[in-house]
Amino acid sequence: MAQKEQSSQSIFTDLDDASTDAEVNKWQRTFRLWRETLREHWGMLTDELSVKLSMLTVAGFVVIAIFAPYIATHQPLVRQYQGDAGVLIDKWVEPSLLGADSEYLLGTTAAGYDIFSQLVYGTRAALMVGIIAAVFTAGIGTLVGLVAGYYGGKVDDALMRLVDFLYGMPLLPTVIVLVAVLGPNLWNIILALIVLQWRSTARVIRSQSLSLRERPFVKAAEVAGASDWHIISRHLAPNVLPMTFLYGSFGIAWAILAEAGVSFIGLGDPNTVSWGTMLQASRAYSALSFGAWWWFVPPGICIGLLVISGFLIGRGYEEITNPKLQ
Amino acid sequence: MSGNDVLLEVEDLKKHFKVNQGWIASLMESFGGGGPDYVHAVDGVSFELRQGETLGLAGESGCGKTTTGMSMVKLHEPTAGDIVYDDTRLSEASDAEIKRFRQNAQMIFQDPFESLNPRMTVYDTVAEPLRIHDIRNETARVQRALEFAELLPPEQYFNQYPHELSGGQRQRVAIARALVLDPDFIVADEPVSMLDVSLRAGVLSLLDRMTEEFGLSVVYISHDLSLLRHMCDRLAIMYMGKIVEKGPTDQVIENPQHPYTQALINAVPVPDPSVGRERVELQGEVGDIVDVPTGCRFKDRCPDYIGDVCDQVVPPLEAKTAFEQEVACHLYESAEGYDPYEELEGRPSAAAGDGAESTPADD
Ligand SMILES: Nc1ncnc2c1ncn2[C@@H]1O[C@H](COP(=O)(O)OP(=O)(O)O)[C@@H](O)[C@H]1O
Ligand code: SF4
Ligand SMILES: [Mg+2]
Repeated sequence: MAQKEQSSQSIFTDLDDASTDAEVNKWQRTFRLWRETLREHWGMLTDELSVKLSMLTVAGFVVIAIFAPYIATHQPLVRQYQGDAGVLIDKWVEPSLLGADSEYLLGTTAAGYDIFSQLVYGTRAALMVGIIAAVFTAGIGTLVGLVAGYYGGKVDDALMRLVDFLYGMPLLPTVIVLVAVLGPNLWNIILALIVLQWRSTARVIRSQSLSLRERPFVKAAEVAGASDWHIISRHLAPNVLPMTFLYGSFGIAWAILAEAGVSFIGLGDPNTVSWGTMLQASRAYSALSFGAWWWFVPPGICIGLLVISGFLIGRGYEEITNPKLQ
Repeated sequence: MSGNDVLLEVEDLKKHFKVNQGWIASLMESFGGGGPDYVHAVDGVSFELRQGETLGLAGESGCGKTTTGMSMVKLHEPTAGDIVYDDTRLSEASDAEIKRFRQNAQMIFQDPFESLNPRMTVYDTVAEPLRIHDIRNETARVQRALEFAELLPPEQYFNQYPHELSGGQRQRVAIARALVLDPDFIVADEPVSMLDVSLRAGVLSLLDRMTEEFGLSVVYISHDLSLLRHMCDRLAIMYMGKIVEKGPTDQVIENPQHPYTQALINAVPVPDPSVGRERVELQGEVGDIVDVPTGCRFKDRCPDYIGDVCDQVVPPLEAKTAFEQEVACHLYESAEGYDPYEELEGRPSAAAGDGAESTPADD
């Protein structure tokens, strides 16, 4: 820098470099870059009616999950009554919604749990699994994809072989085995899902990064002396973000489905209520053959609604990222 | 080593790219022996860039101009050869020296629709190099650079995104970004070829001002000789990864010696930079730059072909007795007493020109 002073001809010679004028803070600018990007996506997404409705549905479930203690009428894991000498109740209470004379909106299970309250608390489990698993799968996948695509060569080879290896494992059976080994609790289900699911995000983000890094604006940053991390975070990441969101919303749906599946076959967390464990219990007590449809239909509907919303939001994003689908 | 006013020296630069092939082909290759194929994009070019001069690189599309330009700003690692900047060999430079080089070497890219990050505002784009190099007074500098690029008033452009700008405005932003670090030299790769004809003159005069007022050295890359003729002090004509003729612009344009240069110039009917010409069409096909031919690379299209010596001996770019510019052609007598016919006799089998023994490349 010092030696630049020799050349008298410069458009900047008269600038006093010692003074710091009102410069916009670095972080503020980075923050703004991200905010503008997000706002732009949000605007494009909410154009679509199906996406809007899906978002409303998800928002509704989020509200229910947050305020579960106030919405639920009973404790979800407390038996509402005991049979004689502690014997399991073998007859359930019918829902008051159907005109039965009881205090239970959706009746009780054969074990004496309030179905409505279980449904409300089940929202928490579903959203927790869905959101945590999706954030981590999309996050890890994006990071791995960016690094593999940007560096290429051996780094890329190593990471992509790992992805190929994971692709060799079917989702549900592998999650079942992992949960069986690690123990049936919600966190292990989430962990197993994350371990398996980042593969698809990583693969797609990698191919995007591979082509982005050859774009002249990345070359321009390189010429200016930008570090690898600078290029990855400022130039690649904002441009792959739509894909990250796309895979994130699909990820929510897949995770909820997988959790329900794992719980349904009896590997769910016994200390948490989830829609999957509800379905599993209803099957164990043969609710279907007794015609107690209010036991298994509501959780089924909730799973369906949330999963479909996730896929619809994902589809909406897909149309943004891939104009050919429109 | 060379005169004091030499800013950058390109020494026998080669850049080969591995030919992209499927894994089956690579597998067969690893069993069947024989290395992978390489595109000889740049295959041994040497020239110098002097302080304050404008140098033109011309030639048909695919002859290696962009690759040469990108190597000059260290966007490619050379396969062989080196670049010397300010007495420092870039291949041996320390991190601090590289950082200083990065501050002084800038590039303007061909396509202004691709060279700006669509998600960054004009301010952020122009300020980015300043932040990378921790240079203070960011806002004032950005303002000054935009003013110079005739984006007025600069504040009005600060928060605009590339998609809100015209092609000409984008190219001006790219120029402002290149200037903001106050570099020693700029490589401008076909800076106006993607612009509307009506916008070209404006951007060209801006580039002109850049060199004239601030003593910047500029390398102009273009396939358009009529444009380079107006912009450049010296010209180098490239063909298939090699320089075939190099000298002062007037000499090269008015008194071209290499048969290829002559063909190029005859293919330019209107010597006017404001008239858009996208391509130069010549007779015949450009040769294969993967499996480079022996001898002179122009031999298959050359109207003055003089037999075995052209077919088998690579003509070196050298000073000739009869004129000022350097030419790589056997038609003229070497000023340094080099005799290609000696080589011809020395190698009767004559299978190997220097292009055939390719240096391995890494990508
Ligand atoms: N990154 C790359 N990988 C492989 N081949 C390349 C690459 N860049 C350029 N080439 C090849 O090198 C040759 C010269 O290209 P280039 O330097 O762009 O020529 P010009 O700018 O004169 O049109 C072309 O055949 C091109 O296909
Ligand atoms: S060396 Fe021979 S083939 Fe090549 S340009 Fe000169 S005359 Fe033509
Ligand atoms: Mg080019």
